[in-house]
Amino acid sequence: MISALSQALESLDIAADWVGLRGVKETVEHRTVRDGLPQRNGKTLHQGVMVEVLVNGQIGYGATHSLDPKRLQAAVESAYRQALAASEWAIHPLTVAVRPKVVGQYQSPFVKPLSALSPQDINDLLIRLCRHLKVGDAIVQTLATAISNETESWFVSSNGSEVYQHFLMLETHFSATAQEGGIVQQRSNNGPLAHCYQGGWELFLEPHLWERAEQIGAQAVELLTAAECPTTRTTLVLAPDQMMLQIHESVGHPLELDRILGDERNYAGGSFVKPEDFGRLSYGSALMNITFDPTVPGEFASYRFDDTGVPAQREYLIQAGVLQRGLGSLESQARLGVAGVACARASSWNRPPIDRMANLNLEPGTDSFEDLIRAIEHGVYMEANRSWSIDDQRYKFQFGCEYARLIENGQLTQTLRNPNYRATTPEFWHSLVRVGDASTWEMYGTPYCGKGEPNQAIRVGHGSPTCVFENVEVFGGGA
Amino acid sequence: MMPAAESTLSTLETTFNRLVDALLDALQPEEQLKLTLQGEQSQFVRFNGAKVRQAGTVEDAEVSFTLMWQQRNAYRSFPLTGVWETDWPLAQAALEDVRQELPQLPEDPYLVLPEGTATSREVHAGFLLPPEAVVGAVLGEVVGLDFTGFYAAGSLVRAYADSAGQRHWFATDSFSLDYSLFTAEGQAVKGTFAGNQWDEAAYGAKLADSKQQLQRLTQAPKAIPRGQYRTYLAPAAVDDLLNMFSWGGVSEAALQRGQSALGLLQRQEKQLSPAFSLTETFEAGLVPRFNEWGEIAPVKLPIIEAGKLVNTLISSRTAKEYGKIANGAAGSESLRSPQISPGSLTAAEILKALDTGLYVSNLHYLNWSDRPNGRITGMTRYACFWVEQGEIVAPIENLRFDESLYRCFGDCLLDLTNFLEFIPSVGTYNQRSLGGALVPGMLVDQFTYTL
Repeated sequence: MISALSQALESLDIAADWVGLRGVKETVEHRTVRDGLPQRNGKTLHQGVMVEVLVNGQIGYGATHSLDPKRLQAAVESAYRQALAASEWAIHPLTVAVRPKVVGQYQSPFVKPLSALSPQDINDLLIRLCRHLKVGDAIVQTLATAISNETESWFVSSNGSEVYQHFLMLETHFSATAQEGGIVQQRSNNGPLAHCYQGGWELFLEPHLWERAEQIGAQAVELLTAAECPTTRTTLVLAPDQMMLQIHESVGHPLELDRILGDERNYAGGSFVKPEDFGRLSYGSALMNITFDPTVPGEFASYRFDDTGVPAQREYLIQAGVLQRGLGSLESQARLGVAGVACARASSWNRPPIDRMANLNLEPGTDSFEDLIRAIEHGVYMEANRSWSIDDQRYKFQFGCEYARLIENGQLTQTLRNPNYRATTPEFWHSLVRVGDASTWEMYGTPYCGKGEPNQAIRVGHGSPTCVFENVEVFGGGA
Repeated sequence: MMPAAESTLSTLETTFNRLVDALLDALQPEEQLKLTLQGEQSQFVRFNGAKVRQAGTVEDAEVSFTLMWQQRNAYRSFPLTGVWETDWPLAQAALEDVRQELPQLPEDPYLVLPEGTATSREVHAGFLLPPEAVVGAVLGEVVGLDFTGFYAAGSLVRAYADSAGQRHWFATDSFSLDYSLFTAEGQAVKGTFAGNQWDEAAYGAKLADSKQQLQRLTQAPKAIPRGQYRTYLAPAAVDDLLNMFSWGGVSEAALQRGQSALGLLQRQEKQLSPAFSLTETFEAGLVPRFNEWGEIAPVKLPIIEAGKLVNTLISSRTAKEYGKIANGAAGSESLRSPQISPGSLTAAEILKALDTGLYVSNLHYLNWSDRPNGRITGMTRYACFWVEQGEIVAPIENLRFDESLYRCFGDCLLDLTNFLEFIPSVGTYNQRSLGGALVPGMLVDQFTYTL
């Protein structure tokens, strides 16, 4: 496609300061089985071109699902007219510096290609998973899903950019619901669709897959008779599959520069972080080291260039607890005067790039899992997100998990159901007292990070060790 | 201004119909087919600080067909550009591909086959602002204000066809302006202005109302300690709570599989207030009545009547699986055009009836904190006030709530307003949404705030 886009670029007739074309072709294969029966089998092809035009310091866009040269020309003209009409009211005068020239390629790593399994193979696998999940009559629903995604993107521009990126991704989920009278409990493989990675089928066909499915089924049943999570202030230990959500909501979103600039105030919200906080704010304890890192092989939101062509590299956002830089594109950096990262991303060809997370990871500490638990006299250990809510400034949050264990005198003891916790972001991250070592570090991802107007759901990856937080308000369920 | 729907979507309608005919002609014995189309030609303008952040246009249309053969089914989706030379080869390749796949799939005992010959065609032309005039028309009224928001407008289409002979076409022009006005201290008023004809005078009146509300927010916000407070939930806040009924609520499938918050109500272990009634109604015609099987939903379907669950949303697939009678629900079994019945509280009496407590204009980021028990958590947002003895005292710092729907729509529901407000669906994930909800405000006792 790159030659077609380059030819289209050359043939465009427009008096703009800069023009960029970003073509996207995305093929998604979705297969879901519930209770051993097929629910969804199919493939979707999304393709189209996003045209950006810079005129009088304003970027306008025109997106079309047609690759026909006439429609592309019409999209360019529409983008031009949008930019021109808006330029009188532009929020900030932009230059071509926000769309630097870049040339390069990226390819997701993989071992077993996405074509390695036939539709029959995948259905057989998912049906077998349902069987392993149904450990007894108390299981009222089993569910297994596999979604493969091959996305190619091409970016060419009037200042000589030429980028090709080829992503191979796999998203999988399986869960069991147990019910006894009015008590219903659900357990899944690390939370809703948390197993999202770049790569091939090797990611799903793990040696312990069947054992894991049986464990999930058994834990769903176990939760039916478990005690409610107590209402108390105590030491909270979060597994990496809940840390993913914790990092995402209370670190990632508040550090987005477009939220700080106010672009998101009408939808997702602003941020409690102020521009003057960068380089100064003590965000959390000294054990807190957060990196933006689209270079981690296999992590869900890895790439070599963002959707404006900026080369991606690993950066510390928070180092030893101190806020260093934000999640902001060249546009946001120019507007706010704060350092950012290569994070101008769009959910597809039909949405403009905005400030997004990519891979956002908490770096490991020094304690093994056993050491973390051994040091706790009383606490609660929680796994796998099931409920998430945070305010529009990313300050007051309440999160719930699928599964918990009580910690007594350095030991994991009884199972607890309906575990929840709530806190404010700065208080919570300052209560971080221990960070697990690399042996506890796990990475997950989600395709459902929502933001922007028009709305965009984008892929993000998060890696974290197990972490210990002191004096956190925890509580259970009930009407 | 010009009507858009007829002119811009006629090419797409022609191509869709041609595609339907060609695919049906290509069917082999024992094969059945259904197709859906979703398309839009949209203009999007994003505002911040009464300036333009981003502006653009999107043209998009995606056709999806499901091929059924020997109790098996699979789908393919691809762009429909309106250029036959592009679209037909994609469709042909997709048909061949799915034919190869079907024999590999297990049988689906609950497959819903096309039936019936119902047809419909609705086209609602609007009068939208010319694209180049939008920025001036919107921002001209808010100079000097901290105005942030999002304008989305254009033509939308939803269509259906199948091998049994059903065909439906729904096209509409619409616009929505979803905006917020902020004080220097960060307090804000939320507003939406939507329809299918831009009315400059109505926009001016809407903004004047918002500006008046903004004046009330100039005082320093009051921090309210956690606890239970008598609360007035304005219609936009009620709409946020209502949305939870579509996420593991009124779905029959969710109830059957232990995934619904209304299980306690269905088993009559908990009750809702006799003052609370919820109906799915398509009287306003803002969304298509046909679903993804081409079935036409009844114009009105009561869901909760005087606190009793009288109907759930039952899709044809769920009906087959659980031996129920389908009622035109979509596959998601979510509410498409809901209405909550009014009560007796007049607009003039709201503050007096509230007496002392919280006036909550909007809620934010709701989620189940314990779904089987109907417990919801979320935040207050935008213009929310502390009220004493029927007088607004001050705006509040945002509060987190964690409350069971069996309390706020049950024992603690004191009254609903005698007027309804239309809250438009302004979401644009994948594409622009249609329709909205008709809801009253609600006066609730002892609403629980936790942080």
